[in-house]
Amino acid sequence: MAKVTIDGFETEVPDGTTILNAARQIGGDIVPPAMCYYSTLKGSGGKCRTCLVKVTKGSEKDPRPMPKLVASCQTTVMDGMEVANITSEEVTKARAGVVEFLLLNHPLDCPICDQAGECSLQDLAFEHGAAGTRYEFDRRTFEKIDIGPYIKLHMTRCILCYRCVFVANQLTDQRVHGIIGRGDHAEISTYIEKAIENDFSGNVIDVCPVGALTDRTFRFKSRVWFLNPMDAHRDCPTCSGKAVVWMYGKEIYRVTARKDQNGEVHDFICNTCRFHTKSPDQWTIEGARQIDRHSVISQGHYSENAQTVR
Amino acid sequence: MQLTQRSKQVVNKQMTFTERIYLPAILKGMFTTLKHFFRRSNTISYPKQKREFAPVYRGWHVLKRDAQGRENCTACGLCAVACPAEAITMEAAERQKGEENLYREEKYAAVYEINMLRCIFCGLCEEACPKEAIFLTDRIVPSDYVRQEFIFGKDMLVEGVEPEKRIDVTKRQRHIQEKKQRETI
Repeated sequence: MAKVTIDGFETEVPDGTTILNAARQIGGDIVPPAMCYYSTLKGSGGKCRTCLVKVTKGSEKDPRPMPKLVASCQTTVMDGMEVANITSEEVTKARAGVVEFLLLNHPLDCPICDQAGECSLQDLAFEHGAAGTRYEFDRRTFEKIDIGPYIKLHMTRCILCYRCVFVANQLTDQRVHGIIGRGDHAEISTYIEKAIENDFSGNVIDVCPVGALTDRTFRFKSRVWFLNPMDAHRDCPTCSGKAVVWMYGKEIYRVTARKDQNGEVHDFICNTCRFHTKSPDQWTIEGARQIDRHSVISQGHYSENAQTVR
Repeated sequence: MQLTQRSKQVVNKQMTFTERIYLPAILKGMFTTLKHFFRRSNTISYPKQKREFAPVYRGWHVLKRDAQGRENCTACGLCAVACPAEAITMEAAERQKGEENLYREEKYAAVYEINMLRCIFCGLCEEACPKEAIFLTDRIVPSDYVRQEFIFGKDMLVEGVEPEKRIDVTKRQRHIQEKKQRETI
């Protein structure tokens, strides 16, 4: 076990835990944002650099601070380590720089994007981003691609987190897409616009932190904050069958997997549940899903408890 | 008992001769009336004449088009989420090939409705709009007898393409801009 102090909060975690996961154990504002790390996907993390933190004391044995900011999703804790995240000005400044780089080529088409309202990049930019850009050149552009009948790829919005590639690698038996090109030319591709046809391919939509991969069956149907997310389950032979159905009145507009407080999915769902089961009588609805009250999704949703207030 | 300081004692004083014939008083009154004939009128004959409205006036909404005549609205739903009266509803649709001259972005509002009976004309929708699509104009919402008529669809909200059918909102735009500048300081 290792004792670690993050922004003054002390916690004890098993050896080999990353700083990010130790911070998540404490919870609250001190959790570094993560755009590419995904706890349920092996090998993810270390790409986006938004989770940078400052290690002010290396360990009990070697108390020297680490010379540079480190990616908290990749750095493991040491006994007696002290970490500064939001209390360090250096970190917030570096993170603002990272956000500026992530937004360099981002089209900022949030009014059109289906991900708006539940987008990690939107939250991140809202918290750390500048109001304007200093970039003077044309943003890189790509054509929109239909990857199969269910998934739409907007490469312009992609931040190259590789999460979808890991999903394809680890959840499906054959990966047919990946990242080709390097640097500014890197793009998610299926080579010759081949369709992704696999029972679990729809999960790339859920893991995508931005609106690069979106649900074609939900495309432009509604905005997420007009819908009521409900926990629901069904007997599914291929997956756990535990999902969130997004309802508008008595209609199901879309189905997603359940995300935890870190925005990560633990029970991935199959394409049948996600794209083909959109009738309310196919689901057993458990009740309204708990949504963070600061989220725009909770706007205009009144809980039943409100009626009992006199 | 005296109730107030302003009470006045009534005096039944005998009128003088000039007062008794009333003529000077009448002439004095007529002169006042006559004077008003040559003064500028305080009122205007409303439907024919119209006064300029203050830039803070918030009336009938307009959905603007850009210089090429394409609709600005992308049905992002921010006006509806900002609306405290929940008066705005919309349905989005995807722009098809060949409709590039109708809609500015790849998504547009296929249905856009404002319930004018619900609307409180607060102007939060135009403040929320990221595309400068919706504005509250100085036009007065027409009255009607039927409730159904107050649900304004796109036919009542979107401005015309022709130059003479465009609705000028530059005054309102300037006002909003100044307001935003004041708030940021």
